[in-house]
Amino acid sequence: MFRYILRRILYMAVTLFIIATVSFFLMKMLPGSPLKAEDKLSEEQREIVLEKYGLNDPVPVQYVRYIGGLVKGDLGISFTFDNTPVTKILMDRIGPSAQLGAQALLIGTFLGILLGLIAAISHNGALDYTSTILAVLGTSIPSFVFAGLLQRYLAVEWELFPVALWGTFEHTILPTVALMIFPMATAARFTRTEMIEVMGSNFITTARAKGVSEYGIIFKHGLRNALIPLVTVMGPMAVSLMTGTLVIEKIFAVPGIGEQFVTSVMVNDYPTIMGTTLLFAFLFVLIILVIDLLYVLIDPRIRLTGGES
Amino acid sequence: MDNENKNNNNVPKDLLVPLERKEDTSDKISRPSRTFMQDARRTFFKNKLAMICVFILIIISVMSVVGPGMNDYGLDDQDLSRAKMPPHVPVLENISWLGFDGTLTDEFKGKDIEEATKNAVARYGNDADFIDIKELDKGDGSAKSAEVQATYHIYEAKDMGDQYFWLGTDTLGRDQWTRLWLGTRVSLIIALVAAAIDLVIGVAYGGVSAFYGGRVDNVMQRILEVLVGIPNLVVILLMILVLQPGILSIIIALTITGWIGMARIVRGEILKLKSQEFVLAARTLGTSNGKIISRHLVPNISGIIIINTMFTIPSAIFFEAFLSFIGLGLVPPEASLGTLINTGFENLRLYPYLLVFPAVLISVIMITFNLIGDGLRDAFDPKMHK
Repeated sequence: MFRYILRRILYMAVTLFIIATVSFFLMKMLPGSPLKAEDKLSEEQREIVLEKYGLNDPVPVQYVRYIGGLVKGDLGISFTFDNTPVTKILMDRIGPSAQLGAQALLIGTFLGILLGLIAAISHNGALDYTSTILAVLGTSIPSFVFAGLLQRYLAVEWELFPVALWGTFEHTILPTVALMIFPMATAARFTRTEMIEVMGSNFITTARAKGVSEYGIIFKHGLRNALIPLVTVMGPMAVSLMTGTLVIEKIFAVPGIGEQFVTSVMVNDYPTIMGTTLLFAFLFVLIILVIDLLYVLIDPRIRLTGGES
Repeated sequence: MDNENKNNNNVPKDLLVPLERKEDTSDKISRPSRTFMQDARRTFFKNKLAMICVFILIIISVMSVVGPGMNDYGLDDQDLSRAKMPPHVPVLENISWLGFDGTLTDEFKGKDIEEATKNAVARYGNDADFIDIKELDKGDGSAKSAEVQATYHIYEAKDMGDQYFWLGTDTLGRDQWTRLWLGTRVSLIIALVAAAIDLVIGVAYGGVSAFYGGRVDNVMQRILEVLVGIPNLVVILLMILVLQPGILSIIIALTITGWIGMARIVRGEILKLKSQEFVLAARTLGTSNGKIISRHLVPNISGIIIINTMFTIPSAIFFEAFLSFIGLGLVPPEASLGTLINTGFENLRLYPYLLVFPAVLISVIMITFNLIGDGLRDAFDPKMHK
């Protein structure tokens, strides 16, 4: 187990290193510098600005410094946004994003499991079809379309929730709902399939035969076993949350990392773009690692070979 | 299920007749045998939901080809004098609740009816002659207590009553119908090409890796293991930033990591197949490697390849729309479903029809592809064959 974890962490480091290197050289290829054409600067002033960003040194030196900075958690200085260090920008903005992500993941998965469970119990009944239709819609309709509908009707038309911005808990409701649709639908579909399969297995018949209550069969014997494979779909869920953050924070004007990223793209602020990208990459790799480890812990039948995801 | 085997002892004696001696036909095949593919096709064609989806998808594809030619407006025919016109369709314009009558309707508030009306008239270009006012709430004199519903006959106001923009026009006066179908075409092309490239690279990589095995497989797998850790979101964003925005760069960005999933699936399947007897037999008969791959292995995994591709397409459509939505996709005046939705969002408050049509269309496309994928998955599952 220990060797396995070590190996996985090594892979993780290699992956991150490759991403960082590639993004650094891509950044060098791109046009754009902290200097704007409209700034009328003297030669000395230009020198000072370039010196501040370390852009006077040859590229290899910059590269070594960049990687060195990364190890220490220094992502460089933003070209815009008052020349703040990128790390500070991200730290300031991670709160709302993390809150939205956590709320969406927890509530979404919980509701999804509930939905899938109801569907499985009333297999081929009306409730089953309803929840299957909901799940197909949830996995198919793009989250930004859904967010738009929520904003238009619940916020603008009926004024039940704040239209946008961040502040009270009410502000988080609509973005969370928009964000949680995909995890919910995925969890519902998965729970349903697994639950139907588990309910047909021999140990359920055994449990029935020995007179376990229906409640006990569904929750203690059925659901518990059906939920193990759910861990595998948490990777795609996490990815969908990250993708979702970008658009949904933009739509609801949430001051989070996603909104920051979209703004950075608009103003070509490369250090911030790269920093955000690296943060996404890091989170993604970390989540995949945690999921794999979790999977091994939950289900002892999984052998510890290779990096299955 | 085992009812036939149940021993039923109260059979009347006269039913028991001696068996006539006949030639043993139990090993004769009574019905024409169907190949696996025929079985799969039958199951798929019997799946009503999937067939409806195929039908809808065919209509959408055909429309994306012929739709833009159905009226005389072009992709980039800008004309500010006819900007932001609501949908206007012949015949349907007489049914007011459909929303194709070429009018803009909104509610306006004020402290009394007069002020609310004034607000409405000001909103619709001071064209009081063409605005119908309907009182909703007389109000009590306090601010914003009165409410009127104003209907602005913009086509009459602009003296264009004989013109029909079926889905209205956007902020620059371009016909939304034309742009919608051209955008659908672009989105579908991106998705199909990306899926095709994914398929080719994925099958080739996975196939070679699994078929040759040993050191080749080892090296190729290590590469994959690193690549798989790179989130495709990150790669796509980076690639789009570097390449010039456009259809080609979106396709490149989507395919650069898109094939990995396919490669892993194909490798797993080929590993399972290549140790089976029929491959050994083919090899013993001296069949070349290329022929074993193309004749024996690939046909056997075609089901899985098709299913996987069917799920790649909607995700490519989604990513294209997503990129265009956050401003990294196509550049105006090019249209794709993503850029149209983006424009729709900017005008959501006042001109909701700009968002509704592309949003509905992309949702329908995603749903149909997903359901067809589900149908195919059932069709290629021997357990589901009837």
